[in-house]
Amino acid sequence: MIYREAGQFKASYEADMQIFPIRQDRIAIAAIVLFAFVGVPLFASEYWFQAIITPALIFSLAALGLNILTGYAGQLSLGAAGFMAVGAFATYNFMLRIDGMPFLVAMVLGGVCAALVGIVFGLPSLRIKGFYLAVATLAAQFFILWVLVKFPWFSNYSASGVITAQEIVILGWTVDEPVEKYLLTLAVVTVLALAAKNLARTHTGRAWMAVRDMDVAAEVIGIPLMKTKLQAFAISSFYCGVAGALYAFTYLGTVEPEAFNLDLSFKILFMIIIGGVGTVLGSFLGAAFITLLPIFLNQLFHALFGDSLPPAFASNVELMIFGGLIIFFLIVEPHGLARLWQIGKEKLRLWPFPH
Amino acid sequence: MARTIGDVILDLQNISLSFGGVKALTNISFNVRQGEIRSIIGPNGAGKSSMLNVINGVYHPQEGRIIFMGKERRKMNPHEAAAQGIARTFQNIALFKGMTVLDNIMTGRNLMMKRNFLWNALYWGPAQRDEIAHRKRVEEIIDFLEIQHIRKVPVGRLPYGLQKRVELARALAAEPKLLLLDEPMAGMNVEEKQDMCRFILDVNEQWGTTIVLIEHDMGVVMDISDRVVVLDYGRKIGDGLPNEVKNDPEVIKAYLGAVY
Repeated sequence: MIYREAGQFKASYEADMQIFPIRQDRIAIAAIVLFAFVGVPLFASEYWFQAIITPALIFSLAALGLNILTGYAGQLSLGAAGFMAVGAFATYNFMLRIDGMPFLVAMVLGGVCAALVGIVFGLPSLRIKGFYLAVATLAAQFFILWVLVKFPWFSNYSASGVITAQEIVILGWTVDEPVEKYLLTLAVVTVLALAAKNLARTHTGRAWMAVRDMDVAAEVIGIPLMKTKLQAFAISSFYCGVAGALYAFTYLGTVEPEAFNLDLSFKILFMIIIGGVGTVLGSFLGAAFITLLPIFLNQLFHALFGDSLPPAFASNVELMIFGGLIIFFLIVEPHGLARLWQIGKEKLRLWPFPH
Repeated sequence: MARTIGDVILDLQNISLSFGGVKALTNISFNVRQGEIRSIIGPNGAGKSSMLNVINGVYHPQEGRIIFMGKERRKMNPHEAAAQGIARTFQNIALFKGMTVLDNIMTGRNLMMKRNFLWNALYWGPAQRDEIAHRKRVEEIIDFLEIQHIRKVPVGRLPYGLQKRVELARALAAEPKLLLLDEPMAGMNVEEKQDMCRFILDVNEQWGTTIVLIEHDMGVVMDISDRVVVLDYGRKIGDGLPNEVKNDPEVIKAYLGAVY
């Protein structure tokens, strides 16, 4: 009764091709977005914004970027953090070197820079696939960080290579409180997530998925492989670049190239694997799982055992449980949390009369 | 509408194709006329699929000329072939497994959808109108092939016969001038074969689509083809009306067998 489309008849293709064709979905999404914009700022504490929700949103965006490339277009990549670094450092430099540059414009330009770099490092995808391509994108990861360290111009000759994010001012609104930074991040993530959802359901997304599922057939149908792959690299890198800019400006504040190391790339890859490859929702679920679960486990341990356990022991056990849960979820549903939700939806459609 | 067979739209002249030392096709010439159903038959390994791959640009022949719609070409990639109006299905189903039937068929219209990704990201105005206009055409094809009930099902879940039909739908969605079908009836039971024959004939009759067909079921081939080419070991050993081919001693020896 709660979740089914019975009685929702579609009389036009417009209605059938809506972004969320089921009414309950539309209501739920609207409620979640509204709650995120209005409800969360009322309840959450400063610590929550600073340390938990804002980074989770930023990682969601980066995971979404990687999901476009790996999940939708089928091009395995280990360079996500590298493209984030491009976005962060480019945004910083646009703000630094152009007087009166508004933050949002700098952020978009930073994303565009990341997209251009992404196209360059996407070129190997025209000849190689799968694991071999992943190794080729590792080059992006290492090369970008090397360039950022090697040429101090990028960090404005700061001695330690660390950049300090400039103050964000949008049309006279100074974004410096954690809540404000959260709202800015949320707005950017919401817009880009909707855009990704739209891309995925139009011919742009269909071309990506066609290349992913069977590239020979895609080419015979008339989908240009080179353009489609490079476009996926560009858009994916744009998303990662914007995520990188937010990472520097609304989360960390000060950042060095080493913050965008290979570990971060792997972390983002794990997010989409656990969340669900090839779904927008999966990027969010995966990012939430990877960023929130360790914090939750930590709190749980504190609540259960207080300080009776040695801290080193406790944190190791937490890591073991975390790893165990990842393996558990991958065995239960190799296609990720988004697929679990999908299966749940299909079951709910028939519940409580499955026959 | 009565069928009319027009002029030659595809002319293959002296095509030779080899992979290293292996000669897949040797000096093959034949033509296809506007609006006809042209079959290619022959034993396994005769070069039938290679021939199709040459026509739609997957393979580049070392020698020979291909003239399609009055334009000659030596080399063309599959994307250009598609842009000129050549669509095909594959011997082993080559659908996009992760996508729904509807999305699969919509990919057939990708060439005609010109809105760039920025419009699509907004899904507003022209982008939405485009999607809906193309959806309408795709729905006509879905109706035509009687697959309305499965349009939102991921193709990976469908039985073999329906997958073959979806693949035909995807090729038709491109509104091709020349349709290449590589064993559209392989592995089907009698009813499914009958359905597929009916669809092929209907496509040919109602839309005037020219069809080049590879098939092993001789009953089907002799029934629905206008003309038949016979290949054996990469050479052409017969070409003509179904009846002529059927009675050609060389064809009987190489492929059909004496009892037939």
